[in-house]
Amino acid sequence: MSSLESLIQSNWIDILSAPFMRNAFAAGLCIAIAAGVMGYFTIARNSTFAAHALAHIGLPGATGAVLLGLPVSLGLGVFALGGALVIGALGKRASQREIATGTVLAFASGLGLFFARLSSSASQQMQAILFGSILTVTDDQIIGFALFDVVLLTLLSVIYRPLLFSSLDEQVAQAKGVPVGLMNVLFMAIMAGVITVAVPAVGTLLIFALVVTPSATANIITHSPMASMVCASVICLVSIWGGLLLSALFPAPPSFIIVTISTLLWLVAKATHKARLHS
Amino acid sequence: MSKDTAAIVFHDASVSLAGRTIWSRGNFEIPTGSVSAIVGTNGAGKTTMMKVELGLIPLKTGTVKVLGADAGTHNNRIGYVPQNYAGDIDSNLTAGQSVLLGLNGTRFGIHPITSKQRERAYQAMEFTGMADKVDVPLSELSGGMRQRVAIAQALVGKPDLLMLDEPLANLDLASQRETVHVLARLNREFGMTIQVVAHDLNMLLPILNGAVYLLDGHPHYARMNEVLDADLLTHLYGTTVQVVTTPQGDMFVTPTPDEPQDTTPDTHSPAEAARFHNHVHDDLRRDNTSDSSGRNGTGSSIQ
Repeated sequence: MSSLESLIQSNWIDILSAPFMRNAFAAGLCIAIAAGVMGYFTIARNSTFAAHALAHIGLPGATGAVLLGLPVSLGLGVFALGGALVIGALGKRASQREIATGTVLAFASGLGLFFARLSSSASQQMQAILFGSILTVTDDQIIGFALFDVVLLTLLSVIYRPLLFSSLDEQVAQAKGVPVGLMNVLFMAIMAGVITVAVPAVGTLLIFALVVTPSATANIITHSPMASMVCASVICLVSIWGGLLLSALFPAPPSFIIVTISTLLWLVAKATHKARLHS
Repeated sequence: MSKDTAAIVFHDASVSLAGRTIWSRGNFEIPTGSVSAIVGTNGAGKTTMMKVELGLIPLKTGTVKVLGADAGTHNNRIGYVPQNYAGDIDSNLTAGQSVLLGLNGTRFGIHPITSKQRERAYQAMEFTGMADKVDVPLSELSGGMRQRVAIAQALVGKPDLLMLDEPLANLDLASQRETVHVLARLNREFGMTIQVVAHDLNMLLPILNGAVYLLDGHPHYARMNEVLDADLLTHLYGTTVQVVTTPQGDMFVTPTPDEPQDTTPDTHSPAEAARFHNHVHDDLRRDNTSDSSGRNGTGSSIQ
């Protein structure tokens, strides 16, 4: 027990009550709502790899923005949105084309590294962009996140059924008059926004664990789209807040603990589901 | 078969995709209340024809009227069941929820599901024998069951015309029979016009009234007794086909056990056939009206 106590950081109460922690908890709430809601559609549309790729396509935007003295989120958002619109315009099946997407992903990452090397400040921020820096989220960013959540939930409440219909079977939805092309572009554009919001928490490399993994877990537990979205948001929130708490107690980076919690919950759900099927 | 009773009317219709003519000179009418098939070899443009009827693919020439208006106008009165429905679904959506999307899936805005809608969805699933699977996730259903969920989703909007793309492909015999049974009841009890894309006619023979066959790059419609001709079917599929009439009067199309080694199948690729001179097509139509003696002429005139 004494060894565990010695591991716990003595100043954890101070850390938790610091303003940057309050900001981190608030950011975590905004991110959890956005990621949990969109994760459902990402899985339903078989676009998980495209979502992962968008984060990487945003990387050169992020490092390029630092180079030009612009906000990281702006550069990331613009590049992710650009990539999203291209993938979206190519159609739902394009978001499943793994070779093309993967190639663009690798090139974008390389470009991001190139931009980062062009200036020392971008180089310093590289690690934060790749692995997240939820403890440095500013007040302005939180306002931006909250506004994004409001826009996201409003837009989704309008397009919810047609988007779900086109995710289920695009051909039937199209025959019935759903504008499937528009749905696809909208979905990818929203996805770019969610990624821009979620990158500060876990970075471009670990985004999968916040956008896709909680929804996969929720899909195992729940039996309706709405329930799945709520459940995924809660799992996201538990992961992020849990990560923040534990990183205050133990000297470990929050991103690592966030991803670990998210992954463990998925493993437990998966194993339980398998055991139930076999019993 | 006058205009006001025909569900689908093709007039000089042709389609080309990426510069290649898929088929041309489509002139036929499919009667309301009939069960018909679209038959032809792989790549002959069967699915394309269904998409043309849904207004999803534009015509190069001519017109296609469906339910009395240009294709695509009355899609809310058409139930469409694609091939391999929701085949790549990876979500927790249940069978019941997906059937409900057939009622409200196109509506923007917030619309809570009413008990009346639930009732209709349940009735549709009851009709296709899936009532006990309402709360089962689609991803846990077999292909045959998903097929019947798809039919229920198409039915829930009470369509006048039901279109199914290869509804029997990849199904086991029992599931094929179930599906054919559902189609037969829909036609008999509600007078629903049904069109089916099929490459294997056997299972459907008992319920078919006619078929559109894509033989020489031109679609034709013929009543069933005219289509069921061994020479025509052999030519259509490029492999030897026999028509057997059983004592019960049922007819079966049976491929011979093995293909003789030294014969060349008397067939043409759809692209090649589409280039054939048009007057051949006109001769063919005239031949078709003069009973089956014209059919042998069909085979030779196309070479």
